[in-house]
Amino acid sequence: MSNEETIRILLADDDKEDRADFMEAFDGLKIKTTIETVKDGIELVNYLQSPTAVIPDLLFLDLNMPKKSGIECLIEIKQMQFLNDLTVVIYSTSSSEKDIEDTFLNGANIYLKKPSDLAVLRKTLLHVLTVNWQYHTSGLNRDNYLLQL
Amino acid sequence: MIYYLKYDTLTICKQLVNKLFQENGLSYSFINLNEVDINRNLSEEALNTLRSQLNEFGVEIISSQKSILVQKIKEAIIDLVNQEDKLILSKTSQHLSKKLNQSYRFLSGVFSEVTYSTIENYIILQKIEKAKELISNGEFTFAEVSWKLNYSSAAHFSMQFKNTTGLTPTQFKKIIIRRRVNAIENAAQ
Repeated sequence: MSNEETIRILLADDDKEDRADFMEAFDGLKIKTTIETVKDGIELVNYLQSPTAVIPDLLFLDLNMPKKSGIECLIEIKQMQFLNDLTVVIYSTSSSEKDIEDTFLNGANIYLKKPSDLAVLRKTLLHVLTVNWQYHTSGLNRDNYLLQL
Repeated sequence: MIYYLKYDTLTICKQLVNKLFQENGLSYSFINLNEVDINRNLSEEALNTLRSQLNEFGVEIISSQKSILVQKIKEAIIDLVNQEDKLILSKTSQHLSKKLNQSYRFLSGVFSEVTYSTIENYIILQKIEKAKELISNGEFTFAEVSWKLNYSSAAHFSMQFKNTTGLTPTQFKKIIIRRRVNAIENAAQ
């Protein structure tokens, strides 16, 4: 990981406990991160479109959210040109083949099934950041950026 | 009407860097494509300005000796993988050591210190990226891809692909092709 840069992370998840676990997992990592959270899809889209918004490096997107689902958000995000370089990580309890395929087809880069164990979550998030950093710094082709965990 | 743009990235890079350096009033000379000698010591502020201007275009200034070495290791690995030279791919440590004129032990130490990863992992990453490129071109079978990238068998290749990406080569190919079909259909609408 880069020694100086802070990695900006945004999590969209309606589940309060999942949000807390997510924040706690990052607390144990020795990587500089800033984490923002939003509670549903509408809030997410508003956040990203706000003129003062700092665009995150990675977006963790829950699929099953009220008001606007994760897949609806994904489709909208992929139509926003200024979010071209945003890495979208689907962060879901589902591991159905259909969800995985649908989200990849609609432009998600990573599909991460929520681990139930905090230590596993921490390790998995570290892996995601490492891979993302390599895509960011090694000039890899983002069209081929697909990872399932 | 859709037009196709053909890029000469090398020319673009050179022109861009020249322009920015001149705008900053620097006198400089290129040692090679990647290394540039600036004829005076830049102040912290001037360096930061230049850094952020170049960053906008995806150009990064690397000044620490260790980071420069890591960058050279990475470029040497990318070269190796792209040459698809099975003989060299089977002896990467010897090749890197010879090319960069340092012991492999030293190189792998610096690499791990700077990147928090290992040279071995980086080679796997680059081989899998190359495999993705070859697969998405659609010209090669998985057996051919695994042969080109010096895997002992297609099964071994598939396993490393799955371990690295979480997807089998077949799943990967299916997604990439369907994405492309969707993109063409959307453009046609």
